[in-house]
Amino acid sequence: MVADDRKYTKSHEWVMVEGDVATVGVTEYAASELGDVVFLDLPEPGSEINLGEPVGTIETVKAVEDLYSPVSGEVLEVNQAVIDSPEIVNNDPLEAGWLMKVRLAGRSELDDLLSAAEYETLLGG
Amino acid sequence: MAADLPADLKRTPLTDWHVAHGGKLVPFAGYAMPVQYEGVLAEHAAVRERVGLFDITHMGEIHVAGPGAEAWLDGLVTNRVAGIPVGKVVYNAMCREDGGVLDDMLIYRLAPERWLVVCNASNHDKIAAWLAARARGVAGVKLDDASDRTALIAVQGPVAWDLTARVTALLPHRAVVEALEFYTAVELKLGGSTWVVSRTGYTGERGYEIYVPNGDALALWEELLHLGRDLGVAPIGLAARDTLRFEPAYCLYGHELAEDVSPLEAGIGWAVKLNKPAFVGRDALIRQRDAGVPRRLIGVSIAGRAIARQGATVLSGGRPVGAVTSGTFSPTLQRALALALVETAAAGGPLEVDVRGKLFPLTPTPYPFLAARVKGDPRAARS
Repeated sequence: MVADDRKYTKSHEWVMVEGDVATVGVTEYAASELGDVVFLDLPEPGSEINLGEPVGTIETVKAVEDLYSPVSGEVLEVNQAVIDSPEIVNNDPLEAGWLMKVRLAGRSELDDLLSAAEYETLLGG
Repeated sequence: MAADLPADLKRTPLTDWHVAHGGKLVPFAGYAMPVQYEGVLAEHAAVRERVGLFDITHMGEIHVAGPGAEAWLDGLVTNRVAGIPVGKVVYNAMCREDGGVLDDMLIYRLAPERWLVVCNASNHDKIAAWLAARARGVAGVKLDDASDRTALIAVQGPVAWDLTARVTALLPHRAVVEALEFYTAVELKLGGSTWVVSRTGYTGERGYEIYVPNGDALALWEELLHLGRDLGVAPIGLAARDTLRFEPAYCLYGHELAEDVSPLEAGIGWAVKLNKPAFVGRDALIRQRDAGVPRRLIGVSIAGRAIARQGATVLSGGRPVGAVTSGTFSPTLQRALALALVETAAAGGPLEVDVRGKLFPLTPTPYPFLAARVKGDPRAARS
């Protein structure tokens, strides 16, 4: 049962939009597949990011995964708490484990994001 | 997850148990092995703080018997096995003529004329073929590759003895097992089975490795889990096995050791006895020692939490001088650490590592990063 207060991507990120600000994180499925996160490299606040680009990395003990941006816009803020304590991403990926807030460059991209139902179908649920 | 794996992967007597208990199976050396259960950090902590169980049945076990076995084996490995007492276990490198490492391994003397070679799963076929070729026509040497009928369970952690002491099959032999010193083993006849219990391990903690026939493995595994409940026993996957061996800087073949790396370069010179009369690779290693070993395995830490992984280029003054062999975020030490094989001349100077296009300065950090607990371990703290 996937939270329906937000939208999703095929690469297992979630996007919650309020006004023109999108909050981005990774899903529970992603966190579980990754395993214990030990390090996050997130984009600089103030930088411009574009949909589909790798904008950071999530590191576990075994491997590095790219974090792909699900939206285009300006990075307003990154979550210092997860930078200091990466395990928050595993413990609470949907709330405390948010990764970045982005001021949207436009809203049209949001239509291409997956709804909760579509993401659930992707997961095979 | 099991459905995604190639169907021809080998299984151990515990594979079904792993799947049933949340083990995430991955292909490893031709086997389907659990990479983790609860999670690498929890499993790593379980071994450092309490006790963990490892299914390492994929390792190779080759028995060597006969009056010619002692001298024959001694001529194939870097460390001294001729003349060791029954029950002794010796860590060795087995080299090519040019001194490159074919595998690192343990050799056990189970009886005056019976030896057990325990090699890495990834090198089993290579070592079995190498030994078979070298035994052809040699009098008094008989090989028996028991890998497919031998299961291996490791019990590792500060309370590993407390747990092992409770095993029902071992109770009649408790005194003998308790008396085992570090790197010794005993062969036990239990009813119709023969077990080998050794005080060895790959974690830096106190522990035992128990070799049993396949048919005894599941009962032993389940008994250990049941008896160890109050001790906080946990099953441990391959991911934590790697972080656990990395902290005391034990070599992992394919990382610190390879056919184009000599044991002198890889920091296991303590296991190389160049004054032995002869062994494959000895002349090449003597020449290397005399000319100055060209590369050295060094330990380094990296600023911040950036993790340098195997293959990352190490530079000195902008020039590549080597590469990372293993690197991770150390769960116990809470820092990014790496082992790197670099030109000896550059090893003492300032170094940087290239992590996905960004350069990070490296701070020399002598290994072991975390001293092995047991006195007598070459990776234990120097007192």
